[in-house]
Amino acid sequence: MKSNENNTNNFELEKWFSSQLLGEVLFSYKGNISPSLITEILETIENELGKKEEKMKIKKRVYNILVEALQNLYHHIDSTPQEKLSLGERFIVFIISKDGESYRIITGNFIKINKVRLLKDRIDQVNYLSVEERKALYKLILNNQEFSEKGGGGLGIIDIARRISTDLNYNFFRYDDEYAFFALHVEI
Amino acid sequence: MEAILIEGTPKTPTVNFNAQEGKFEIKGRSIPENSIEFYKPLVDWLDKYASNPLDKTEVNIQLEYFNTSSSKCILDVFKKLEKVSQGNKEIVINWFYEEDDEDMLEAGEDYQSILRIPFKMIEIGEE
Repeated sequence: MKSNENNTNNFELEKWFSSQLLGEVLFSYKGNISPSLITEILETIENELGKKEEKMKIKKRVYNILVEALQNLYHHIDSTPQEKLSLGERFIVFIISKDGESYRIITGNFIKINKVRLLKDRIDQVNYLSVEERKALYKLILNNQEFSEKGGGGLGIIDIARRISTDLNYNFFRYDDEYAFFALHVEI
Repeated sequence: MEAILIEGTPKTPTVNFNAQEGKFEIKGRSIPENSIEFYKPLVDWLDKYASNPLDKTEVNIQLEYFNTSSSKCILDVFKKLEKVSQGNKEIVINWFYEEDDEDMLEAGEDYQSILRIPFKMIEIGEE
């Protein structure tokens, strides 16, 4: 399953979160995102990866993707829907686990419904490209595009995609008339 | 020109720019949320250096990690260095990568293909 747009209005965050805790969970988090949280997660995961018998190349790849996934959230997140504000104003979900041979990074965040189409198209486009094409697109954006007003380079999604040979899996769950919940799954 | 010496942090690299010797080094990790803030003074400094560079400039880039936000800033750094080479001055970029770190080698090759300055790819053995 590559993507799924769930149109029922009954997305249950807690239930979904629990269902994602598969394999050996190295770190899971629900709450506000901040630069200090990102630093804390990165330090913890680096320690955890250090204990694993894994090729350096794979450890570095996981770490790199982690940085991009978290900073993507940090730069692009929408504020939390009013009735969920108790969760935190910049609420995110983050899980990293090892399942069998591969690592899985899952991020989740609320997104305004009117931004869903654009994000979905962007991911679909990247998924459609071969590894070589992803690399070429990365270089094109690197060399041509300016920084966005949010300080991102517009390269996060493509950088993650070029480091994996598979597709970026995602789900958009309808939350209410204004918000959806976006979940991104990256297998490394 | 006054040298730039910045100590590394978990999210930003060690920087050592010495205009008297024509030796520039960026080393460590570059994964800040806001990389422009960090790199802007470096790029401005290099802009000044590029207007009156030494005959020979050596640049050592030894990064363990860098994020996409930094990747654009690092390109800006290289573009200033490209200016140095336009006045018949010698410049070399030494791009260090750890043995087995294909992604970092590839990142160096990406820059090499975008820029018109010589890159030397140097593998560091595991300690």
